[in-house]
Amino acid sequence: MIAEAGHYALVLALALALIQSTVPMIGARLRDPALMNVARSTALAQLLFVGLSFGALIALNVMSDFSVANVYENSHSMKPLIYKITGVWGNHEGSMLLWVSILALFGGLVAVFGNNLPLSLRANALGVQGWISTAFYLFILLTSNPFLRLANPPLEGRDLNPVLQDPGLAVHPPMLYLGYVGFSISFSFAIAALIEGRIDAAWARWVRPWTLMAWMFLTLGIAMGSYWAYYELGWGGWWFWDPVENASLMPWLAGTALLHSAVVMEKRNALKVWTVLLAILTFSLSLLGTFLVRSGVLTSVHAFATDPTRGVFILLILCVFIGGSLSLYAWRASSLKQGGLFAPISREGALVLNNLLLTTACATVFIGTLYPLGLEVLTGERISVGAPFFNLTFAPLFVPLLLALPFGPLLAWKRGDIAGAAQRLYAAGIVALVSIAVLWAWVRGGSAFAPLAIGLALFVIVGALTDIAERSMLFRMPLSISLRRARGLPRASWGTMFAHVGVGVALIGIVCETTWNTELISTLKPGDVAKVAGYELKLDDISQRQGPNFGEMLAHFTVSEGGKVIGTMTPSKRSFTTRAMSTTEAALMSRGVSQLYISLGDTAASGAIAVRIYHKPMVLLIWFGPLLMAFGGLLSLSDRRLRVGAPKPAKASRSLQPAE
Amino acid sequence: MTRKQRRLTMIGGALVVLAIAIALVLNALRDSIVFFSTPQMVAEKHIPAGKRFRLGGLVEPGSLKRGDHMMVTFKIADGSNALSVAYKGILPDLFREGQGVVAEGSLDGAGVFKADTVLAKHDETYMPKDVADALKKQGHWKDDYEKAGKKPDTATKPMQGASR
Repeated sequence: MIAEAGHYALVLALALALIQSTVPMIGARLRDPALMNVARSTALAQLLFVGLSFGALIALNVMSDFSVANVYENSHSMKPLIYKITGVWGNHEGSMLLWVSILALFGGLVAVFGNNLPLSLRANALGVQGWISTAFYLFILLTSNPFLRLANPPLEGRDLNPVLQDPGLAVHPPMLYLGYVGFSISFSFAIAALIEGRIDAAWARWVRPWTLMAWMFLTLGIAMGSYWAYYELGWGGWWFWDPVENASLMPWLAGTALLHSAVVMEKRNALKVWTVLLAILTFSLSLLGTFLVRSGVLTSVHAFATDPTRGVFILLILCVFIGGSLSLYAWRASSLKQGGLFAPISREGALVLNNLLLTTACATVFIGTLYPLGLEVLTGERISVGAPFFNLTFAPLFVPLLLALPFGPLLAWKRGDIAGAAQRLYAAGIVALVSIAVLWAWVRGGSAFAPLAIGLALFVIVGALTDIAERSMLFRMPLSISLRRARGLPRASWGTMFAHVGVGVALIGIVCETTWNTELISTLKPGDVAKVAGYELKLDDISQRQGPNFGEMLAHFTVSEGGKVIGTMTPSKRSFTTRAMSTTEAALMSRGVSQLYISLGDTAASGAIAVRIYHKPMVLLIWFGPLLMAFGGLLSLSDRRLRVGAPKPAKASRSLQPAE
Repeated sequence: MTRKQRRLTMIGGALVVLAIAIALVLNALRDSIVFFSTPQMVAEKHIPAGKRFRLGGLVEPGSLKRGDHMMVTFKIADGSNALSVAYKGILPDLFREGQGVVAEGSLDGAGVFKADTVLAKHDETYMPKDVADALKKQGHWKDDYEKAGKKPDTATKPMQGASR
């Protein structure tokens, strides 16, 4: 009954999406406010019905109703409740339902908070949202229905893939999807602007918070996924340049570029045509990511070839939306008016450089990800493009980006003074050079790469702080005045500072972890001691434990430093009976921002156990960086609301006005 | 600066960055790409010792031997040929006899594949495509593989691996 209700709710949502995709747009053509306002109610109703449908799937999973194929294949009655809920999106059908739910959520948010938008812009944007949701509802209903029943209900389910039975699953996919799908809003607004043939600074002011929000979630989602892979896969890696990861990195790079070009558009009314193109590209890359991950073309090209319905369907969606939006762009972009002038050396110029480097870096990731697929289709030859490729292409493009980064905020709009900016960055430059010299002396002739990269990171960090120091006149005025000035700075400036510092912090973590990581692989018997990076790890004993749906072997380690015990670590290996799979649960111990990491291998006949122990210096900075970036985004967002929120009192009167 | 000059500067800058990026990509594509082979392709093509490639196939049942100091040897087979693989370190959780595996490394003088990385897909039913095709040709194909292949696993966990 619940399954049928969920299915029916999804069909109703499709019907609503069809209305939403046509009626408001006709209304916008005819300038009929009543028709245009249909967008608002359908978007909200759609959210309600998708929510019901999603709730139904959660309920089926919680009740372990194995007569539903999707529940049977991915759940087990003994599974802990949290994984029964998160397992809903731990499979293809459920994750697509989460995708459309988030899409509907964003549509609903635009409907609720879009009262101060020009009516026709809102109608058109929500109409475009309606097209996207129609396509994905059809995809789910025709190829990936999560509510299919089984003729002969089995008594027990096949359980969720054990690797996914982790709190990471509760956070990572929803965050990632909030990011991916959030970019649909800027896409819809871009298409709506092209349809209307009119775009201005107000448009950018509207789109920027949505982009910022999506970007924040995507940043957190990627960082979360990286940390999850780090502790769950058991070999200490945090980024593999795997196509699935690249699929999320590409929209992030394009989205970061979009974020910056939208600033230019908002403040200076320039770069309009480019911003619209970026908005289209960013969401197109999100769709491409969805295609790569969801069509099965990566996990097994074979699956794509034998059961092409899903893959071909998403490919079709991809072609229609990307091709359609780019054609519309080619046709209409010339009608958008050109914006303000600026000299190449200016804040705008710096942001253009940022966009150029980010999109080029994005393009190299794109090539590295799709080239193997293309080559295989064309020649049948199988190759793998891994970390070496990206280290040789992506990294060199990021160096000029980071070098230029501190200059951007210090340059004036329209016409900047590069010498002045450089002068103000003296402190940052000195810090960077001194740290390079000190580190170089410390590693004594080792690779020059790490000291240089850390120097660059410090340049970025101190440069970002310089901007705030300059604006609050630190050291030039009494401290109390400086503090007052600092407090009075717009939150967006603080947001910029935090986000840029985050970039530097993450870079320090990445460089330290890859350069000074210590690894020890060895077989230990109870009583043996392993020494890693000044720490002594003693294997006390090995014990067994029974979990709810798995058996677990735990190894107890006592960790001491300089003869003093500082704690215990218990890595384990879980074996899941239903799927006959085992997972490695690594044990982590944080020492400041560095970590000790133990994961277990096989047990030998003699009772000795293979262990892999790492000391990872500064590793936590890799994820603190993105946290700072997202926090910066949040600050900037709160600033925007304060200022953009100004039309609030006028809401009632303005929402009734037809578009000019 | 006029609009035209500004535009020319910007386009010039963009072209420079693009040219650099293309040079980087072409250079990296020449040096850092690893080809994929099956034991049969290795037998046919004669890959020189020391050239890095990826070897994919099924772990031959009964071939796994563990030596001292975490040395492991096993055979990767694709139905018609088999190749000995030597690896030092901890194998991934999903490494099992009779299942799909991809190893990266190079051949030594004696024709043994020295792997420095062993990857097993995070799906117990994963099967490398070439292996699947090879098995299919020889009639060893089992239906469960195909069924399993139809449901791509979740987005998050691409591969599990071990490297020295």
